[in-house]
Amino acid sequence: MPLEPFDQQPVFPEPAMPDSGPPLEEKIRTPRQITRARRRRAMSRFWKQFRQNRLGMVGLVVLVFFIVIAVCAPLFAPKSATTETEAAANDQPILVPPGWHCSQKLVTDPETGLVTRVEDCSDSAKVFYPLGTDGSGRSVSALIVWGARISLIVGLVATIMTMLIGAGIGIAGGFYGGKTDSILARLTDWFLVIPWIALAIVLASVLGQSLFNIILVIAITSWAVTARLVRAQALTVVTRPYVERARALGASNWHTITRHVLPNLFPIIFANTILTVALSILAEATLSFLGLGDPLSVSWGTILEQAQGAGATTGGQWWWVMPPGVAITVVVLAFTMCGFAVEEITNPRLRRR
Amino acid sequence: MSILEIKDLRIAYSTQAGPVPAVRGVDLDVARGEVVGLAGESGCGKSTIAGAILRLLPKETKVEGQILIEGENILDMSWGELRTVRWAEASIIFQGALHGLNPVRRVGDQIAEAILIHDSKKSEKEALSRANELIEQVKLPARRANDYPHELSGGQKQRIMIAMALACDPKIVIADEPTTALDVMVQAQVLNLLKDLQRDLGLSLIFITHDLSVLVDVCDKIAVMYAGRIVEEGPAEAVFETPRHPYTKALGAAFPEIGDLTYRMAPTGLGGDPPDPMLIPSGCSFHPRCPSAFADCPGNEPSLYPAGDNRRSACLLVDQENRKATT
Amino acid sequence: MTDDAFAKAPLVEARDIVVSFAGRQGALSGMLGAKAAEARAVDGVNLSIAPGEIVALAGESGCGKTTLARTIMGLQVPQEGQILLEGNPIGMKTKELRTYRKRVQLIFQDPAAALNPRQTIYESVAEGLRIHKVEGDEEELVANALSKAGLRPPQRFFLLYPHEVSGGQRQRVVIAGALALEPDLLVADEPVSALDASVRGEILKLLLGLRDDLGLAILVVTHDLGLAWMIADRVAVMYLGRIVEIGPAEDILTSPQHPYTQALLSVVPETKNVEQIILTGEAPDPTRIPKGCRFHERCQLVARGKAAELGIEERCRTEDLGLELAAADHLAACHAVKKLQ
Repeated sequence: MPLEPFDQQPVFPEPAMPDSGPPLEEKIRTPRQITRARRRRAMSRFWKQFRQNRLGMVGLVVLVFFIVIAVCAPLFAPKSATTETEAAANDQPILVPPGWHCSQKLVTDPETGLVTRVEDCSDSAKVFYPLGTDGSGRSVSALIVWGARISLIVGLVATIMTMLIGAGIGIAGGFYGGKTDSILARLTDWFLVIPWIALAIVLASVLGQSLFNIILVIAITSWAVTARLVRAQALTVVTRPYVERARALGASNWHTITRHVLPNLFPIIFANTILTVALSILAEATLSFLGLGDPLSVSWGTILEQAQGAGATTGGQWWWVMPPGVAITVVVLAFTMCGFAVEEITNPRLRRR
Repeated sequence: MSILEIKDLRIAYSTQAGPVPAVRGVDLDVARGEVVGLAGESGCGKSTIAGAILRLLPKETKVEGQILIEGENILDMSWGELRTVRWAEASIIFQGALHGLNPVRRVGDQIAEAILIHDSKKSEKEALSRANELIEQVKLPARRANDYPHELSGGQKQRIMIAMALACDPKIVIADEPTTALDVMVQAQVLNLLKDLQRDLGLSLIFITHDLSVLVDVCDKIAVMYAGRIVEEGPAEAVFETPRHPYTKALGAAFPEIGDLTYRMAPTGLGGDPPDPMLIPSGCSFHPRCPSAFADCPGNEPSLYPAGDNRRSACLLVDQENRKATT
Repeated sequence: MTDDAFAKAPLVEARDIVVSFAGRQGALSGMLGAKAAEARAVDGVNLSIAPGEIVALAGESGCGKTTLARTIMGLQVPQEGQILLEGNPIGMKTKELRTYRKRVQLIFQDPAAALNPRQTIYESVAEGLRIHKVEGDEEELVANALSKAGLRPPQRFFLLYPHEVSGGQRQRVVIAGALALEPDLLVADEPVSALDASVRGEILKLLLGLRDDLGLAILVVTHDLGLAWMIADRVAVMYLGRIVEIGPAEDILTSPQHPYTQALLSVVPETKNVEQIILTGEAPDPTRIPKGCRFHERCQLVARGKAAELGIEERCRTEDLGLELAAADHLAACHAVKKLQ
């Protein structure tokens, strides 16, 4: 007895795939629910892969550690501990290495009027400085903890600006092509080629020294790298047939960019963002070290600047110089490791077989 | 004597999801000077067989059975023996050959390279002059040897690939979809060239493609593959004109004869897709898509039954007919 | 004489279309006055498609058929000429094309690449509806479109991704996406060449069915003359940017009048019992279009002396020509045809 010939059966053979989806009844949902469920699934898949990446996890742990420190800064030391006046008011010892130290007091001799420093080394008067003090008597650990805030925030905000400018220009060039792309590409090249320190110094001296200006300077000198990367990727996405299909369906440029181009650029933008944060933190430290930072705020870069200025590097006061340097290095490394892990996950070609 | 004998070849790729059977028991013979066509669609295993003949498959692939080139089993050979066989006894024109040329070297040098690898005693000059000879043999002017791949058109690049395959005077050439990416006119030129070369050099040729109508023109014998097995085999014209397997019939219907009014406004095709090698249907692997399937098909796996003069077909209907004829 | 003089009142008409692409010119040589070679992909084409008609645009790669199809779709702006919808020229700006888009839709060559892999089938089909803000229950419209494209029951497909269905089903999804807007013309660019051979017939059957049931007109761009034999009403053969022969499919494919069509048909493996005319060389690129009849350098009539016999060889080399009447409804751009009229 012959089976029903194929073209009279419903034109849906059981898909020869192991997971043909859950049964019909439970799955009919609104399109929005579908999108949300899909995003959730994609995120949990990403997290699972990230967890398996040892380098990425180490980086993430370190980052979380520093973020916690920055957020909980008031718990470690009051903000005032970073000001020189406070340190002076408390008669904190100057340039002492880490450890327990006697507190000092200025005592004025009532008869002679001489002001002398008197050490009180009783147990109750001893103070613990985990990282010693700097040239103004400020606890270096307090500086580090509060400096974390500035460094991280500047890094983050500068990165956001960089990504907005860079991704915006990259997508515009890649998508619109033609003259627009020519002009934007030349602009990008121009910014890429300029030695960023020279540009940064000029901009900082023109704009003046403030935290916002540092953020601006970093954004202006960093966007070109992102723009180049995003443009290259956008060019490949834009030529894909489904983008042309959207055009054929009648989509406006905005619809095509937001619904098709951007989602496909997202992985590379995400990976690039993490790496850019690392570079921004480094850039901020560099600029502050060069004295272009906000003199009133304390960041790891300014600590280094002051240490350098006071001759701590040659004077043997390692506890002033090393902690900010180590902190910068470790945080930048942590971001880089996370960034590489994300890149490996989003770009399967980079994965080891 | 057969140049190439394939006996009960079974090949399974190793993947993360387990072994994937690409070839599930194939027997094929190619006599001296014979042109054999291997027809089938994606996933049927034909390109896998092409790679297996020269042991070009990834290391972890499991290959069982025998592949005898002039009586010697390729699969048992040592590395040194294999290297002498490769290109000098059997060579391949790969699928996507248009990208198989190194873009930064002149094409003449690339052909000469093939020659020198095999006979290091030859001097470079000798190799280059042989390369020029080969280029003329594929009906291109010898001065083309100095061109870079991007200076050649698709058809010309394909001829260079053919010249390269002939560099070491092989006895058998495997052409894996050699004309698929080419225009119809260029395809005709290349096919004619292959026919002439085969005749002049007495080559054996295995021609792999999904286009059944091309095979009729070029081949002596056609074997049609589906899901890792040969489902029909026989003389080229007979297989094309009077197919004895429903799949061959469907494949042929995709390339109708122009002028045949039965096909006018009446395209026929099969639903579904060629099966995923990981999920091959039970019994006759073609039964879910077969327009003539009946109750026995999902349960019984057919072997190749005789279906006429030198013809075989793996269809239970043919078996039924045979039984009726003998009773 | 226009080559569509015998067609019914056209739905979409392409008039005197010229599409050329400027070559790349180095900045320095540009400043020195050198001009990049211009590639005339489409060099003066008239084509009309009547409602419910299936026209096959055939030719080899580089002949301009895809460019012409994209111009008809509005995806390519022609340097000269117009596209008319029911007699009215369409504007080429995005806003003006919006209404045009609802009447003319595109089917792509590679369905796997034509669908955004991150969108479910439901979303891909619904995209057109959302862009044009079509009124009605979206789910119902999507289900309808999927059914019309042969995917039943449609709900089963809503949540699947393109990679989870077969090649033929993917092409049906692309077709469903086009059908959702209820167009009058489908432009199909090599609709089956990326699909497995045994599956092609199903999709072609679907296209025929859409014409029969919904009255859709279809413009099929293909290099496969066998496909034209199977579903086309009319065939237009293109060479180097021009239509060289056009007419009813049965006429063109069984008694071609233009030497190029004759040569093409003779080498197509699907033609039997015809002596093969294998042209030498390959089609010249569109930057170097020969003078006179653009085919004369490869023409077998010239090569075999037939042109000299007819006394037209000089004309072939020097005179360019348009389409001439060869038989009823059947036009070919050949001096031999002109002479024998």
